[in-house]
Amino acid sequence: MPMKRHFTRQQRMTVVNGVLCFVVILVILQLWLLTATMNAWLGGDETVVWPALGASAVCLLLNLGLLRYIF
Amino acid sequence: MADRRREVEDATAAVDARIDSDAREGLTGTAAEDVYEATRDPDDVTLGPDHRPWSAQPRWRRDFPIDWPEDGFVARRDFVKFLVLTSFAFVAGQAWIAAKSILRRRRAETPPSATKIASLSALPRGSATTFRYPAEEPCLLVHDGDGQLYAYSQSCTHLSCAVVPELERGLLRCPCHEGYFDLRSGRNVAGPPPRPLPRIKLEVRGDDIFAVGVETRTV
Repeated sequence: MPMKRHFTRQQRMTVVNGVLCFVVILVILQLWLLTATMNAWLGGDETVVWPALGASAVCLLLNLGLLRYIF
Repeated sequence: MADRRREVEDATAAVDARIDSDAREGLTGTAAEDVYEATRDPDDVTLGPDHRPWSAQPRWRRDFPIDWPEDGFVARRDFVKFLVLTSFAFVAGQAWIAAKSILRRRRAETPPSATKIASLSALPRGSATTFRYPAEEPCLLVHDGDGQLYAYSQSCTHLSCAVVPELERGLLRCPCHEGYFDLRSGRNVAGPPPRPLPRIKLEVRGDDIFAVGVETRTV
C-alpha cells in the first residue's frame, strides 16, 4: 500500500525513519546469518544451510514490503 | 427601490457555466473538483530561506530549487533502497553456499581414494612433513615424541596461511596472526582461527602411511 498523500512531511519523515530502523535491523540479522552459516559450512556442518537461506529470504521479503510501503 | 431591483438582478444573473452544471452539488456552493485549483498542502510548498515569494528569488535558486526537508525524506528512502539491495546480496550469498553444499554432497558420494603420503621409516619421532591431499590441498603430517601420527590441513581456518608445528609445545602455530591449534586434536586454542583444522584420516599399512579421508569440524 503506497503512502497516502495526507501525511504531512514531518509524519512521512517519521514513517521513513521507522522503516529505516526495521530494515537496518533485518540487514544486520542477515549479515549475522551469512557469517554463521559460512562458518558452519566451512566446518562441514550443512544442516543449517537451507534453514538459513529460508530465514534470509524471509528477511528480504520483509524488506521489500517495507520498501514498497515508502515508495 | 433601485437597490432592491439590483439585488434581484444579481440573484438571477447567469451563473458561471462551469459552476452551474450537473456536476454542481446542490446549493451548498461546492463545485466540481476541477473548477478551482486545489489548495496545495503547506508542507509541500517550498519556501526560500528568506521566505520571499519564489518569483523574487535569484535566478540560480529558481533554476536549482533544492528542497531540504524533501531532500532528507528522499535521501532516507534511497538509503532504504540501498539496504534492500544489500539484503538481496546476502540472500544471494546464502544461495551460493546452498549451491556449493549440493556440489559438496555429490562429491562426497565418491570419497577420495587412499593415497600413500609417507613412509614410517622416513619420518622419525619428533618430526613432520608436508603432503598434498586429496588433490592439491597442502597438509601436514606430524610424528610426535610418543609415536602418534597426526595429519591436518595446513591452511589456517582464519585466512589460510600455512600452519607450522611446534612439537615441544604440542601446538600448531599460524605465524600470520598468532593463531594456535592443539596438536593432538587440531582444535583452535588461541588467536583468531574460528574452527579446528580439518583432520586427515590416516591408515598405516606396514611401513607406509596412507591418507584415506578428510574430516571437517566446527568445534
